[in-house]
Amino acid sequence: MDDQPLIRWDWIGRNWDTGRAGSIMSLLVDHVIMASLAIVLGLVIALPMGIACVRWRWLYQPTSGVMNVIYALPSLPVFMFLLPVTGLERATVIIPLGVYAVAVLVPAVVDGITAVPDHVRQSAVAMGFNPLRRLLQIELALAVPVVLAGLRVVAVSSISLVSVGALIGQGGLGNLFTDAFKRDFLTPAIVGIVLIIAMALIADGLLIFLQRVLTPWAKARRST
Amino acid sequence: MITFDGVTKRYGDGTVAVDHLQLEMATGEITVLVGPSGCGKTTSLRMINRMIDASEGQILLDGVDVRTIDPPTLRRGIGYVIQQAGLFPHRTIVDNIATVPFLLGWNRKKARDRAMELLERVGLRPEMASRYPFQLSGGQQQRVGVARALAADPPVLLMDEPFSAVDPVVRTSLQEELLRLQSELNKTIVFVTHDIDEAITLGDRVAVLRVGGKLAQYAEPATLLSDPADDFVREFLGQDRGIRRLSFIDDSGLRLRSDLTVPVADEVTAVAATAAAVESPWLAVVDEENRPIGWVAAADLPAAGTLRDVRLLSHGTFVRGKDSLRTALDAALLSPSGCAIAVDGDGRVAGVATRESLDEAMALAASATFDPKDAADG
Amino acid sequence: MNWLIDFFADPANWSGSNGIPIRLLEHLEFTLAALVVAALIAVPLGLLIGHTGRGALIVVVSANLARALPTLGLLVLIVLLLGTSTVLPVLIPLVLLAIPPILVNTYEGIRGVDHDLRDAAYGMGLRGNQVLLRVLVPVALPLILLGLRLAAIQIVATATVASYVSLGGLGRYIIDGLATKDFPSVVGGSVLVAAFALAMQAVFALAHRLSVSPGVSQRLKVR
Repeated sequence: MDDQPLIRWDWIGRNWDTGRAGSIMSLLVDHVIMASLAIVLGLVIALPMGIACVRWRWLYQPTSGVMNVIYALPSLPVFMFLLPVTGLERATVIIPLGVYAVAVLVPAVVDGITAVPDHVRQSAVAMGFNPLRRLLQIELALAVPVVLAGLRVVAVSSISLVSVGALIGQGGLGNLFTDAFKRDFLTPAIVGIVLIIAMALIADGLLIFLQRVLTPWAKARRST
Repeated sequence: MITFDGVTKRYGDGTVAVDHLQLEMATGEITVLVGPSGCGKTTSLRMINRMIDASEGQILLDGVDVRTIDPPTLRRGIGYVIQQAGLFPHRTIVDNIATVPFLLGWNRKKARDRAMELLERVGLRPEMASRYPFQLSGGQQQRVGVARALAADPPVLLMDEPFSAVDPVVRTSLQEELLRLQSELNKTIVFVTHDIDEAITLGDRVAVLRVGGKLAQYAEPATLLSDPADDFVREFLGQDRGIRRLSFIDDSGLRLRSDLTVPVADEVTAVAATAAAVESPWLAVVDEENRPIGWVAAADLPAAGTLRDVRLLSHGTFVRGKDSLRTALDAALLSPSGCAIAVDGDGRVAGVATRESLDEAMALAASATFDPKDAADG
Repeated sequence: MNWLIDFFADPANWSGSNGIPIRLLEHLEFTLAALVVAALIAVPLGLLIGHTGRGALIVVVSANLARALPTLGLLVLIVLLLGTSTVLPVLIPLVLLAIPPILVNTYEGIRGVDHDLRDAAYGMGLRGNQVLLRVLVPVALPLILLGLRLAAIQIVATATVASYVSLGGLGRYIIDGLATKDFPSVVGGSVLVAAFALAMQAVFALAHRLSVSPGVSQRLKVR
């Protein structure tokens, strides 16, 4: 470690958008795609699972047990378990992140739906909503704030976790970290951290905005 | 004695919760603070054990300014019961009750023994001791709350809407239990409620507060009902205060007739003769031990047999010398005869209060508390 | 499957400084050290902020920041800045990332205690620290333990990744295996890390059972 400057702006300028793979811009795009796919995958799986757990109460206990176990597994070994199946591909990173997302979102969906006050549910039944319409128009609609709160956690941590994929060469901006380490060069590490945090903040902000739009009846009270 | 001397509580934003409160709460009595929400009743209560400190004036506990006592020490000497009981969920019932004795450094055995004694005192079975609060009903939890407040035998008990979260049936039984306990313990109790009926049932004296923390009236319940200080108190007392006032008038003004009872063993012909002789269409039937068993109508008597063969009609009783005029009236309204049967402490008939004597007694009660000022105003 | 047999059947993997017992012990050491240090910082801070209500903003900000902070990036940054002459620099990110979950859950646990309970405790004459230690902490214990458990998950994961920047422990099998295309080592190491993580969970489940009052967990049957 010699006294290199903390940030070499010229390096950033040269590598921002070279048009080739490995430029900061292309890593950023990669990162966004991987994180987005993981989040969407998680949501698409968690919604029906959560609904099923509400419909059949006995499912929830074992499901949440399994989710707790999955959530406790560190990402790196999980990537490795997939390696024989998917190889050094993006899917190796996206699938586990999607599964973590499911582990966080299923409880959120269940909590959100069960938190709908019983009198609201009863009056929907009394007004003649059939079960499907009741689910879509009443229960899921009212569950949106809780599900979105879970989604915010998922979005921020997925964006940050993608970078671990760099250890198998598929980490989006995470590749800047391995690059920095191999070359004993600070600038890429700092650029990576800053961009990832910025991306997480933007995603968080977008989801807060989405919640305001989707639930105009609730003042955005929760902050975490 | 607890004395409020010009006590004011003003908050930072300028709201006045309690405004120059002047009150004396007598030792060994239940003083009820009652009023609508925002009247400062809870604030006043909480200033006694310094959960809140007064902005002006002083509160004296047997002549000692509470501000001179360190709050935890002060509070250990004052029982405190709140609405949701506030039991510690992680401790068993017996340990909950023994909280203050433990704080005061009693040894474990003594504190537990005391807790077990109190458990029984508030009407809970001993096997409740090892349970946790979540295993008890709301009413049971509230009983534990009272036991916990009494554990170190404090002379003063503060009760902040303790019974308002339980259902009406349980509430009534908790109120009765409190009065029974108080007759044994003679604590100085300050009781906060928004329910005027509860205030009148429990209070030896009742302080009615209005919004803004001003004292509207401080009086015994009977006086409150007969002479409300102003329209606010009158309205707060509600519609039927005339009837409710009868609860505070004893039955000494009630003349009893002793000639209206017949033994159940009597022949119906004899009964018919008695009815004619006393000029009453109704007679109260008593058993061999002179206890009332029902009413019989002279007009419905069969041609022959004893009263045992006759279907008797329902009756109501009140205890002579103990129950109020309201209970007597209620007993009368429960009988088709319109008369109430007076019994002694052992349940034996002491006489019958007829409609005429009830009328007389109520007229007497009305004139006794009749306030000429009211008449002049009205 | 064959890779697993290859890995676990190889006697070379059971002895020496790269043997499973040593690596396991290292992993345990790092995890415990980081967890203890993080707990010593975050539990008292969470109790203090929860009890006094002052400084709540720190809690929210640190929680959100910690979630967004890429662990690998933080590890690389700190190692590049401080070197790897000792393991201490590598332990810093482990501790840093473990603090927020403990802090948030301790804070939420204390904050979330029913207001009536707090009121009753003060009203009975408990002093501030007695209210905290005898009432608030036992009642908030499930959440405090949850915070420690989440922190342990975070530490185990981060410690595995930290092998990339030279930390010992079970992550070595994965990182070294990847570098040398020794897939039995990669998969074997992964199984060990996963088993380690699950064992930690079991320990916490046990701790929960032993330390949380049945009155709080409501474990007893209502009779």
